[in-house]
Amino acid sequence: MSFHSILWMENGVQSETMSQPDFFSDLNLDQVVEAITASKQEYNLNPIFWTPLRNVEAIRYRQEIMRDLEDEIFMAHIKKFAEKIRTVRRYLSMVEKLDFDYHREGWLLEAALVYSEATVELAHNLAKASLRSRGLLAFREWMNGYIQSQTFRSLVIEAQQVKQNLSELKYSIIIESGKFKVKRYEGEIDYSIEVEKTFEKLRQKDVDGYLWKLPERTGMSHIEAKILEFVAKLYPEAFAALDHFCANHSYFINEIIQSFDREIHFYISYLDFIAELKRRGLPFCYPEVSSMDKEIFVHDGFDLALANALQHKEKSLILNDFSLKDPERLIVVTGPNQGGKTTFARMFGQLHYLASLGCPVPGREARLFLFDRIFTHFEQKEDVSNLRGKLEDDLVRIHNMISHATPHSLFILNEIFTSTTLKDAVLLSREIMERLMNLDIMGVWVTFLEELTTLSEKTVSMVATVDPHDPTIRTFKIIRKPADGLAYTLSLAKKYQLTYEQIKKRVHL
Amino acid sequence: MKVFLLYPDRDFDISQKLPANTQDLSQDLGLITLFDAMSEGDEFLFEVVRQVVLSSLDEINIISYRQEILKDCLKHPDIVRKLYDIPLEFLERKRKQWLWFPPRHSSPSLILSCAHHLLEASHELLRKLRQIADEHTKIFESRGFRRFFTMIQKELNDEYLDTIEKHIRTLKFPKGILISAQLGRGNEGTNYILCKPNNRNQNWIERFFTQRTPIYSFSLHPRDEYGARVLGDLRDMGLARTANAVAHAAAHVESFLNLLRWELAFYIGCLNLYEKLEQLEEPICFPKPVFADERRFSCTGLYDVTLALTMKQKVVGNDIIADGKDLILITGPNRGGKTIFLRSVGLAQLMMQAGMFVPAQSFLANLCSGLFTHFKREEDKNMERGKFEEELKRMSTIVDHIKPNSLILLNESFASTNEREGSEIAMQVMNALLEAKIKVFYVTHLYEFAWGFKEKKMKNVLFLRAERLPDGRRTFKVKEGDPLKTSYGQDLYKSIFKDMPKVFSE
Repeated sequence: MSFHSILWMENGVQSETMSQPDFFSDLNLDQVVEAITASKQEYNLNPIFWTPLRNVEAIRYRQEIMRDLEDEIFMAHIKKFAEKIRTVRRYLSMVEKLDFDYHREGWLLEAALVYSEATVELAHNLAKASLRSRGLLAFREWMNGYIQSQTFRSLVIEAQQVKQNLSELKYSIIIESGKFKVKRYEGEIDYSIEVEKTFEKLRQKDVDGYLWKLPERTGMSHIEAKILEFVAKLYPEAFAALDHFCANHSYFINEIIQSFDREIHFYISYLDFIAELKRRGLPFCYPEVSSMDKEIFVHDGFDLALANALQHKEKSLILNDFSLKDPERLIVVTGPNQGGKTTFARMFGQLHYLASLGCPVPGREARLFLFDRIFTHFEQKEDVSNLRGKLEDDLVRIHNMISHATPHSLFILNEIFTSTTLKDAVLLSREIMERLMNLDIMGVWVTFLEELTTLSEKTVSMVATVDPHDPTIRTFKIIRKPADGLAYTLSLAKKYQLTYEQIKKRVHL
Repeated sequence: MKVFLLYPDRDFDISQKLPANTQDLSQDLGLITLFDAMSEGDEFLFEVVRQVVLSSLDEINIISYRQEILKDCLKHPDIVRKLYDIPLEFLERKRKQWLWFPPRHSSPSLILSCAHHLLEASHELLRKLRQIADEHTKIFESRGFRRFFTMIQKELNDEYLDTIEKHIRTLKFPKGILISAQLGRGNEGTNYILCKPNNRNQNWIERFFTQRTPIYSFSLHPRDEYGARVLGDLRDMGLARTANAVAHAAAHVESFLNLLRWELAFYIGCLNLYEKLEQLEEPICFPKPVFADERRFSCTGLYDVTLALTMKQKVVGNDIIADGKDLILITGPNRGGKTIFLRSVGLAQLMMQAGMFVPAQSFLANLCSGLFTHFKREEDKNMERGKFEEELKRMSTIVDHIKPNSLILLNESFASTNEREGSEIAMQVMNALLEAKIKVFYVTHLYEFAWGFKEKKMKNVLFLRAERLPDGRRTFKVKEGDPLKTSYGQDLYKSIFKDMPKVFSE
């Protein structure tokens, strides 16, 4: 069993997408990925999250690894390893910027010490873990070979020896005007207490403006470098050993470990992100994914971005279901404003996208379709530099979408054609709908045009429902049923005190 | 020493709050584009023009005070820029001097030397300022500049600077000190401990048995200032108090120059904008404001300055007379210039009430007690509200702040629900606003609503329509005209989808 990558199967490597997919912000996936990767910037995970997988086997490969990592103890071990490798990287990037040899060598040594510790520990922990995934099993085997290799063994032993010798040295600096001296420490007595007393007298308590704080030194000045040079002359053996070590081990990080460290964070970041949501009782599942079967469903699904946004609020999240059975393809959602229609549409897109990454998806149980592309059209913010009219813009965008769509594409449309008259909107929407059905496209269309819900056997009507006892209370449940023609506009206006009488009372003459 | 270039009798209050709807105004009117043009990438200018433009004046007297000063600026741009260079030069010198450390955490010897340099620098610059005042007092006509130059001539004298300069001290180096240390991570020194040198008065036997160890010494190059600073860190602690006092004195001079920079920056921003519009051959004029309780609006060649700046070319202007009108309803084809017109009205009003020139050949309007915008938006990114509710919520916030004689610009408000219901809400809101003496410009596609008003035949309502020629072309001009039913959506559809096979259509 040879090990290749924890993200990609050996014969299925895709190149990573370097820019955010167009539909990300419509689906609020930008928020999700931002939240997932925020604290992991250095791993540059976005391209991984921007690259959906193209075949079902590749998705399974990742799902297996995700499942292994759900073991909390194993996950803690992986994180501990990652934290140490992070330290190594920090030291090494510092080394590149340093000007003085013994300073550079000093930090290279520190980096090597942390690296060898991290690696040995990881191999040990992998051996203890009960793993099932093809990816991690192959990696474990590879690791065993690596830590027993001669290269790695000599790195560990030499680093520890050199460090021990250096840390035992002690020296003195004598600073005079315009010059200084360095010698071995000869048991001189601590004088700092008397100095502190002197400064205590000079302190001014009422003025804070320009009083000095001891600057925290980072790096090394040429003066400190000179001092170090003298220390090296005072203790030449210890420094010769350091030189020797650095000459032999300037590039000690193994490439496979390096890319494992980045790629494993795809899993860590996602699992960390959903851990808190799971703790609050929200369900996640590994979906069954097919690139052929267009019968799909989700049970108790939700919008991950919304769940994250509500994380710190005392609001509960409503879970929704959907299913499409042949010949159904398009869900048309109607119902009162603020009833959860947009959230539902986003959820549909998010579930499919997350499944295509090999991630567990927000829902109790799911079967989803492996798409080739996702097209979304949500209303855009007005933009001064966009000089095209809005309707034209809508039409051009939808035209582009349809020209690139295939029967494997998903469409998610949210209240399009709102910038024209009712009559035009109905007419144009029917034209577009017809084109989508001809292509056998799956998707969700949120609209207030009830005419669209009954166009053909391919459309399914779903409605955002309200509390039967109080029509101003939304349940956020989106249910499969015929559009009921109720709009709640005026009750909303009243709620926001915008009826004629209410405004008259509010604005004082 | 007072600057008083923005108000006849006070400084601009930097801490004053901008209107609650600043965010909406910026977004809806494209103010960033305007401020960018005025500031030319200078963050400071941007912040100043943003604050001044958004802090609308409500007194005609102060508006003309600024208009006079601005006219002086347009006449003598070189002198004004030279004046502005003085605080800039000061800033530049200051930046250079303190390049190595941020001021608040610098070492005392550095603070001391910087304070000294600052005083030297400001001394020369203040002298330059007085020289400009001496040379040009007479050719400036505005009350503002005349007062400023007279003040400079009278109040600036060397005595002030001389007094401060006396505080500058130089300090002696103390004797050498001994510190013990070890190598920490990365071979960096650690565990620094100040030590007492071993007693040298040992007797000869002790000296004989003390093992001699090597001592290495290093002398700094006389010009190695950084090295000296590293060695000087300990010594510096003693300097803290003196440095503190001198720095406070320097800060005093600094604040005057900063204020001058701040107030002049607004006019520099106006100059920048003026020069850009001149290049595009776009006209400007000084507007005539009238009292807020009148209903006046008349303009010729009023154009959207942000559009001209974005397109970098001359754009269509509008001639509109709407005297005596409380509600101006704008309808017409998509992409016909309605939003652009609406934005041009808001920008002109805002610029007039900042004391600026406006983008038009002529412009006269009543002051407003507040400017509000309600433009159609994309969905709330926090997802807690639907589109229509978001609109209502914003409108409700506006009603919280709006007062009689305010001006509100509505752009396709209440269009996120269906047309019949949108019209109903629009009608209720509009009737109430008009009765509350609020002036309204409303761009709308709500046909039922627009015709509802048409049928009432009210004298205080004006109907405008974006022009569309018989052959379908748009002129992007807005003219008097009643609402028409179709919005030409089908034309657009046919032309955009012409490359695809037709599908059914009833």
